[in-house]
Amino acid sequence: MSVVTLTMNGRLISARQGESLLQAAREHGIEIPTLCHLDGLEPLGGCRLCLVEVRGSPRPLPACLTQASEGLVVETDTAALVEYRRMIVELLLAERAHTCSVCVRNGRCELQAMAARLGVDHVRFEYRYRLLPLDASHERFTLDHNRCILCRRCVRVCDAVEGAHTWDVCFRGINGRVVSDLDRPWGESTSCTGCGKCVHLCPTGALSRTVDVGDEAARERASLLRILERRAGIREEGA
Amino acid sequence: MQEHRETAPLTGDPKMLLVDRAMQRVQCRPDALIEVLHTAQEAFGYLSRELLAHVAAVLGIPESGVYGVATFYHFFTLQPPSEHSCVVCIGTVCHVKGGGELKDALEKRFGVREGDTGCDGRLYLGTARCLGMCSLAPVMVLDDLVYGRESPAGSVEKVGRALEVRSDRNGAGRTGRSGG
Repeated sequence: MSVVTLTMNGRLISARQGESLLQAAREHGIEIPTLCHLDGLEPLGGCRLCLVEVRGSPRPLPACLTQASEGLVVETDTAALVEYRRMIVELLLAERAHTCSVCVRNGRCELQAMAARLGVDHVRFEYRYRLLPLDASHERFTLDHNRCILCRRCVRVCDAVEGAHTWDVCFRGINGRVVSDLDRPWGESTSCTGCGKCVHLCPTGALSRTVDVGDEAARERASLLRILERRAGIREEGA
Repeated sequence: MQEHRETAPLTGDPKMLLVDRAMQRVQCRPDALIEVLHTAQEAFGYLSRELLAHVAAVLGIPESGVYGVATFYHFFTLQPPSEHSCVVCIGTVCHVKGGGELKDALEKRFGVREGDTGCDGRLYLGTARCLGMCSLAPVMVLDDLVYGRESPAGSVEKVGRALEVRSDRNGAGRTGRSGG
């Protein structure tokens, strides 16, 4: 396997021929943000957050889909790129009802973390979202279109790893959404194996394990009962 | 996938023969999907779920993949065509001459939204931006017949009359949607 040398952010780094710029950067401790890429899934270039500037290219290129080659001069963190990335996250936020406070993934969400990392504290664009349906027909999982960023991780893992290809994306533009089979409710899908791989890889709260409220109550009650016990003690003392 | 290819829930329908023949002609290659969907839509006027499922099974493509393609392209329609189609021109001249009022009157009277089908699926109401008949403005096209210098009351009456007659002219005239 031949090795190439390229310049990234002013540093000379080596990479294997055919490796993506994203991989090469990661191997040298240079972090390029992305929301759709995962090693082992087919690179998609969907989220556009990994855009980098390559000398000689009139436009930024997605690092996950651009191959490292000899003599490339790459910048991953210019002011313009940071601005693009911020804009992309803002557009994602404007497109769906990403209401973190009532989201199952609040605090563990990749979109939320990315927004925080890029310093997105407001959205400059008009919110364009409509309230979309929630599919809770599956016995163990829930799909909430309102949180989906169409990264297609679920589509790719279901196709390439599970081999079921239950998911795909239908319609386009702002109307685009993931769909199971011929737009059947997830619970009635004939191809879904219920493996949950899509749920494990979802970067946001779009795909989640359905919380069993009964279980939750039983688990959480103990700590609350301790608080109530103390409270009862205080009220007695006060009386 | 071989056992999948045997399933043919819609065989017996002569229109289905056209679709099956189109798939045989391309040796059931998955990359010929769009070509096959074109044939299917020409034969049936729209793409039903059963039809999409059949095409998916024969070509060996996941159902969600076929659905994704069928919904991506505006050419394909998944709704059965309506019995009657009414297209109101709202191009510049028709707009000035009251095309919008025609549309509003029809929407109100027949409870159908522009770009949608109403009256139990019997009437499709569409708009077009200039049909190239500005001298007749405002123009309405009802079931492929052009009505010029139309008034809101007149258009409601004509569409009402068309709806009184039950016909089975399947979905002609759905094409004037985006106009010229």
